[in-house]
Amino acid sequence: MNKRIVLYIIGWVLIIEGAAMQLPALVGLIYKEPNGLYFVGIGVALILIGIIIVWKRPKNTTMYQREGLVSTALSWIVISLAGALPFYLSGEVKRFEDAFFEIVSGFTTTGASALTSVEDLSNCMNFWRCFSIWLGGMGILVFLLAIVPKVGGQQNAYLMKAESPGPIFGKVTPKIRDYAAILYIVYFGLTLIQFLLLVFGGMEVFDAINVSMSTAGTGGFSIKNAGIAAYDSYYLQGVIAVFMMLFGINFSFYLLLLAKKFKPAFKISEVWFYLGIIAVTTALIAINISNIYPSAYDSIHQAFFYVSSIITTTGFGISDVNLWPGFSLALIIIITFIGACAGSTGGGIKVSRVLILLKEIKKEFKIILHPHTVQTVKMDGKKISHETVRSISIFFMVYVLLFIVSFVIVSLDNFDFLTTFTSVAATLNNTGPGLGDVGPTGNFSQFSALSKYVLSFTMLAGRLELFPLFILFIPATWKKKG
Amino acid sequence: MKIIIVGCGKIGSTIAAELNSEGHQIVVIDSNPAAVENLTNTIDLMGITGNGASYEILEEAEIGNADLIIAVTGADELNIYCCLLARSAGVRHTIARVRNPEYTKDLSRVKDILGLSLSINPELICAREMDRLLKFPGAIEIDTFAKGVVELIKISVPENSFLSNVQVSSTADYFKGKVRICTVERGDETYIPNGDFMLLPGDKISLLASTSDAAKILKKLGLLSARSRSVVILGGSKTAYYLATFLLRAGVNVKIIEKSKQRCEELDEKLHEAVIINGNCMDLELMTSEGVEHADGIVALMNNDEENILISLYLRKRSGAKIITKINNSSFSSIVEGLNLDSIINPKHLAGEQIAKYVRSMQNSISSDVETLYHISSNNDIEALEFRVKENSKVTGIPLKYLRLKDNLQIACINRGGKLIRASGSDAIEINDTVIVVTKHKGLSSLEDILK
Repeated sequence: MNKRIVLYIIGWVLIIEGAAMQLPALVGLIYKEPNGLYFVGIGVALILIGIIIVWKRPKNTTMYQREGLVSTALSWIVISLAGALPFYLSGEVKRFEDAFFEIVSGFTTTGASALTSVEDLSNCMNFWRCFSIWLGGMGILVFLLAIVPKVGGQQNAYLMKAESPGPIFGKVTPKIRDYAAILYIVYFGLTLIQFLLLVFGGMEVFDAINVSMSTAGTGGFSIKNAGIAAYDSYYLQGVIAVFMMLFGINFSFYLLLLAKKFKPAFKISEVWFYLGIIAVTTALIAINISNIYPSAYDSIHQAFFYVSSIITTTGFGISDVNLWPGFSLALIIIITFIGACAGSTGGGIKVSRVLILLKEIKKEFKIILHPHTVQTVKMDGKKISHETVRSISIFFMVYVLLFIVSFVIVSLDNFDFLTTFTSVAATLNNTGPGLGDVGPTGNFSQFSALSKYVLSFTMLAGRLELFPLFILFIPATWKKKG
Repeated sequence: MKIIIVGCGKIGSTIAAELNSEGHQIVVIDSNPAAVENLTNTIDLMGITGNGASYEILEEAEIGNADLIIAVTGADELNIYCCLLARSAGVRHTIARVRNPEYTKDLSRVKDILGLSLSINPELICAREMDRLLKFPGAIEIDTFAKGVVELIKISVPENSFLSNVQVSSTADYFKGKVRICTVERGDETYIPNGDFMLLPGDKISLLASTSDAAKILKKLGLLSARSRSVVILGGSKTAYYLATFLLRAGVNVKIIEKSKQRCEELDEKLHEAVIINGNCMDLELMTSEGVEHADGIVALMNNDEENILISLYLRKRSGAKIITKINNSSFSSIVEGLNLDSIINPKHLAGEQIAKYVRSMQNSISSDVETLYHISSNNDIEALEFRVKENSKVTGIPLKYLRLKDNLQIACINRGGKLIRASGSDAIEINDTVIVVTKHKGLSSLEDILK
């Protein structure tokens, strides 16, 4: 393996993180908070370390899939470790495992908090939490590729592939830099629109910034202990619900719209399937909870907000869903696993994978009935290759396996079944809140340090779609000869 | 520029890599998903799987915005059709690979109707290059500039000659200022030497000189031998056919050895004056009995690189002939260079040069123009370019010593109305000159690009 290029990429990632920390430092300056200085200090230190690493460009910049996966996984671990420092060193978060859990939860856009009261944090710390979601949502390496396109020589596609969620990776522009840049432009544009709509609805500017970033990355951190329920307005909650849904859509859809290719844009079956799931589950839950809320309008509002929040794996809450009937909770757990579209900022298994698996099941049934039939699985008019189907099946199996292992370890903490089950589901799918003690009104503070590290790992594995992280533990990865 | 390349074979991928390194936006189309996947993983471009001659696929590649389409699939008809389709979508520049000799002959008739900007025939280019080498057996490589007035000759510095163990600056006396040493290849490295660079025996140096001076120098160095009068071609490919027609036209005795009986009959029908022998070129007994080692020139043109290399090495030991070896796979170029073969020809690179030249001329500024482009070193990292100066610009009228040139770049010479001016510090570039520049920078498209 080309270790030098991996280190070089990590060096650049550190520089970007150090630069990113100057934004919360600015927030600290505006609110005259002394803790903002921690961001300046740590940020500058990261930049300096990064510059030392990237000072000499490695002679051999050849990268293969292995280097791509390893540098992505290590970059994410390194930014999480470094990103936890401001929380921990400033003393605002007492234990390191909490600080680490919190920032991993941010970067992976999970939005699960290990803190009992976020309102006690200074503004700059809260800004850093939400900003980490925004950065992690589209990806820090994608950002790197947009500004330093030559970082990994010619084989940058491997880096982007490793970080972008979804079973099939395809650029829509020839140059990776243009592609990365346009993704960030669309991402920034949508975030800005949401921010303006929120401010228009009367939200405080600082709150609006944080809520928009948190929605854009489909993270779900809130700077209020009560979450989104603190903004008691149909308009504000409605805007957030709609934007969560929009950020869960495959970004190819927006890129096609921008390129004025309306026909192919509206032909993406994943998007329709995704919107279909939202419509059906919203309707079912709205009917199911209609006797809890005073009006039909309220039930639909509640149902839509929560379905949109959970399927995109954002995890905002506006009421205590633990009070909802069992059928609604079952639907919520199912859409937690389905997750958002591939190529969006959301987590979960991804709608396109589910769609392909369902088509594969249908094909299998046909083969049982007509053993000699020849069947190809198609999506959007294109044949899905056997390799893709196989990798999706393996992905699904590993997903279940990781779920089981984490579930067993976390169960050592001796919480009730629902809490343990949904805490793992909520972190693996990058949703944030689960049900029971970790529901939208609860948090993860009561877990043991071991569970927090295990859950941090599941969050990273969920965000990077398993394989980049697992490959780190295979000895052959690190052998030069192998 | 936005360029669509149809076909990801040997030539397609070489061109894609070359044009990508010059900063163009490239979309490749191939019906083989593995070939596309392989390219998108290693080069920063967009890949589409499908038939490049279907409009739907071309539309997916945004044919409407493309500046150039290059069709280099294995099938000539498909390439031509592809360019026709692209033309109908408004693409102004189209390049098709057409290599069937029967089509090549007639192509000039229909080129305008088809709207083809350029047709490339790698086998034909290859054959031309080999023909030129057989004329000057002493040189490893010969490129011509300024419509044949200037030649760039690559030679290996002979042991105990006046070129070995001397500094570049002191060679000026021998050459009387008429020759310029442009590049020196030593091992894997290629240098653009300055005055105190020491030449060693075995270095491969590229000399720029007028055509008549070039012959004199080769003579001085003992490298000038007469044109090869009898040439043996090993392998009866299309290239062999083209080369044989050139050689026969010049009255050279040609012998072709080819494995396939059927191909032999085809060749015999078309090349009646040549001696066609049906047999395996790796059969050394046959080689000896046919007296291959007594020929003046031997060209190894079999399909298999390894066989070409082996037989060339064998014959180089036993014969004093000029030996040219065709090698398709450039991955092992560093090893092949070390084998001390005589001249190596890589068809992919020759085709790549031609297309790169076309693309640069497409995007050039009004003030100057790329006339010719060659890759000098074997690893493709040095280019010699000839620019035509059309109007005044930042580089004209100023003595060269005041120009702030890029590093690793040298103005080799100026050609003014057929007269060669050795570019010394006090000379200046004028309108209507052609200027030959040697550089490690890729993608120069205008003479102003030579400035820092």
